[in-house]
Amino acid sequence: MQLDAKIPGGPLETKWDRHRFELKLVSPANKRKFDIIVVGTGLAGASASAALAELGYQVKTFCIQDTPRRAHSIAAQGGINAAKNYPNDGDSIWRLFYDTIKGGDFRAREGNVYRLAQVSNLIIDHCVAQGIPFAREYGGLLANRSFGGAQVSRTFYAKGQTGQQLLLGCYSALMRQVAAGQVTMLPRREVLDLVLVNGQARGIVVRNLITGAIERHAAHAVVLATGGYGNLFQPFTTNGMGSNVGAAWRAYKRGAGFANPCFTQIHPTCIPMHGDYQSKLTLMSESLRNDGRVWVPKQAGDQRRPEDIPENERDYYLERIYPSFGNLSPRDIASRAAKFQCDQGKGVGATGRAVYLDFADAIKRLGRAEIAARYGNLFQMYEKITGEDPYQTPMMIYPASHYAMGGLWVDYNLMSTIPGLFVLGEANFSDHGANRLGASALMQGLADGYFVIPYTIGGYLAGTALAEVNESHQSFTDAEMEVNAKISRLFQIRGSRTAASFQIDLGHIMWEYCGMSRNDDNLQKGKKLVADLRQEFWENLTLPGSTGEFNQSLEKASRVADFLEFGELVITDALARRESCGCHFNEAFQTEEKEAKRDDAQMCHVAVWEYGGEGQEPIFAKEPLVFEFVKLVERSYK
Amino acid sequence: MSPETINLTLKVWRQHGPEDQGRFTTYQADNIPTDASFLEMLDIVNERLTVEGEDPIAFDHDCREGICGMCGAVINGRPHGPEKETTLCQLHMRGFQDGDTIVIEPFRARAFPVIKDLAVDRRALDKIIQAGGFISVNTGQAPEANSLPVPKANAELAFDAATCIGCGACVAACPNASAMLFVGAKISHLALLPQGRPEAAKRALAMVAEMDRLGFGNCTNHKECQVECPKGINITNIARLNREFIKAAVKSAEEIPIFPAGQPEALAMGANE
Repeated sequence: MQLDAKIPGGPLETKWDRHRFELKLVSPANKRKFDIIVVGTGLAGASASAALAELGYQVKTFCIQDTPRRAHSIAAQGGINAAKNYPNDGDSIWRLFYDTIKGGDFRAREGNVYRLAQVSNLIIDHCVAQGIPFAREYGGLLANRSFGGAQVSRTFYAKGQTGQQLLLGCYSALMRQVAAGQVTMLPRREVLDLVLVNGQARGIVVRNLITGAIERHAAHAVVLATGGYGNLFQPFTTNGMGSNVGAAWRAYKRGAGFANPCFTQIHPTCIPMHGDYQSKLTLMSESLRNDGRVWVPKQAGDQRRPEDIPENERDYYLERIYPSFGNLSPRDIASRAAKFQCDQGKGVGATGRAVYLDFADAIKRLGRAEIAARYGNLFQMYEKITGEDPYQTPMMIYPASHYAMGGLWVDYNLMSTIPGLFVLGEANFSDHGANRLGASALMQGLADGYFVIPYTIGGYLAGTALAEVNESHQSFTDAEMEVNAKISRLFQIRGSRTAASFQIDLGHIMWEYCGMSRNDDNLQKGKKLVADLRQEFWENLTLPGSTGEFNQSLEKASRVADFLEFGELVITDALARRESCGCHFNEAFQTEEKEAKRDDAQMCHVAVWEYGGEGQEPIFAKEPLVFEFVKLVERSYK
Repeated sequence: MSPETINLTLKVWRQHGPEDQGRFTTYQADNIPTDASFLEMLDIVNERLTVEGEDPIAFDHDCREGICGMCGAVINGRPHGPEKETTLCQLHMRGFQDGDTIVIEPFRARAFPVIKDLAVDRRALDKIIQAGGFISVNTGQAPEANSLPVPKANAELAFDAATCIGCGACVAACPNASAMLFVGAKISHLALLPQGRPEAAKRALAMVAEMDRLGFGNCTNHKECQVECPKGINITNIARLNREFIKAAVKSAEEIPIFPAGQPEALAMGANE
């Protein structure tokens, strides 16, 4: 597999400008001659659809929900970073860039991350102009707060609903383009295959989820913005029920490289599991760690109520181990620390798999009203789910799978290894390395959609010979036949287990054997268990109904079938990365203080996997990461 | 947290498609954990139905955190169930008693045709937004974010209105199936911000016209919408909508062209299938 990241030369600060100048342009009159398919309507997909339509391209946008406003970006709580430096506390584009590179444990590209920091300020400008009601100070200017992994306040927010507000902004821009006739919106459609013609991405095959009809859609380029694969860990995940790896996986099987699949972020502050009927876990925003203090009893097995445990018998372990970042330590570190405490028997709650997040001090210092103003909706959500009042008693939290740093490999133009297939947002791998910092996902989704793809897709379209292709092309017929064959196979199994039960089993395997702390033995075991489960799935699935109707069981089964293949690739990648870095912690590679130990000499690369064919091992390739401007150091938050 | 369970009788609306007449079917739901959410209860029932070879109950859902707006059904006559400011996914079974009978039916409104069972088609709400629920700014045009201060109180009122999740419970709750709370929330959100003022009049007229065209009813002050809104959107937003609409309506048609020539047809056909 050829991997050319196409990072422009020259100083970091001028790479993007230089690249934009060197990219070919599509003239205004010619843009309407190009059809572009965008799949997904989260921050990346909706912003890309709107921005491309504003330029004059003909856009067809697809989503699996009943309306584009429901994509799972909507659930992001805490905020969005930008290097505005409004608080005058020492922030800059360079610092945002450096924090992001360091936060990712030096496994992301300098060029991409610097560009992300550069466009971050444009995003805030644009969102404010769209009417996003960000938090403001009394003078009417924008407010900021700090967030995990940063010592400056660079996070813009709208209470604990920042993702919702940003997504509704993109959605409104998208609706404006639908009204203008520039975007054709096709909701309740699921991508079941990518169609290539002459090696170029030229369309998709989708299932209409209402009627069950298989539809073909052709275009000059395809943009995937289908989000992450955290549901690989369901129910130990904060992902929405519909989030899936399907479109990315079908693209992989058509030749797109998959990068760093084992980089899966475990978020430290979720409401703990309390029953086997649970479908997923609920995130409690990281912003809570601004004022909440994390602790466990010093004594293992202490069964007292939290309020009965005196101050000197509590271990505020994040403050103790990481004094300079304390409760704001990055996610991978805070998650592992929580697991470590629970493994020592200090976990709390009925299952012993939880730690306290305590607001008593903050309420004393700031008053209940101020805490309610900052986190009211989160406290309310916590109470609804657990039946406990966090104003009175500490919250209990535990880590859960949250975000996928890994994703389809893309170059600096956000184009995959398949020409004409672009991948944006969480679905790609490019900016967060081995660990994403808080409030950076929203930034990246919108950067890709509003400020990168509008330029880079033009460069591709203007500089590429594209044959006339429509939906009657043989490649569409072939892809549709394959899709139908796969659906038929699912119905023909006629076994006795539901797709949902397989998904939960898979999640337990991945969480247990490829979760927060990994080792080779467990990874090998897990790989075998996934393969066995996949075999059982294809022998024992029961699937009600038929394909020609609204059939949520079929949707689920199709997604689980993909996850059962993909899970194995994640474990293969985890085994191949002979180091610990960021979220990927292999117990064989740790410092004396039990922190992740990187191997910069051997492992400073992006691991990219190419589909090797049915039943074959994937083919490994690497993109070396070259650091010209930052020095690789041990990532310390002490 | 208690490992308690309860036994329930469910009367669920089953309707195979928009053309099917539909009917209530009774199911016994035993051993439901009280810590489960309402949707997790339906998951449990569906797993049992599937294994028994029956068709599981179709219902829409996604985030299960009360924010995406995809879930929603009428529970014992109330959209999203009996608890205040709670979406169906955040409603928990600890609020029900052992032996209860629960009636579950879809949101009912002319503008929301049933797709299957509890799943309805709410694309009409998207069409209302398409009529004007946005600020016309292209990517790249924006001035510096702090160049236009917004009084904190206005920003907060705008935020409160903007928290609408577009679930449609207000429509389902209204005896007239009116979407005035939904429209009022969007009009208010944008009218309260200086960025939204240039298009405020046009927006109010166009969104109300589109709402009428799509078959939503009128507001006659029943206030059921406010009671059932899972996000606590206040009906003062409807009052603000009325003010914005009246202000806009008294201006002459030349001053505020609602639709540029030809656009009403485009809207009526729905550029979006």
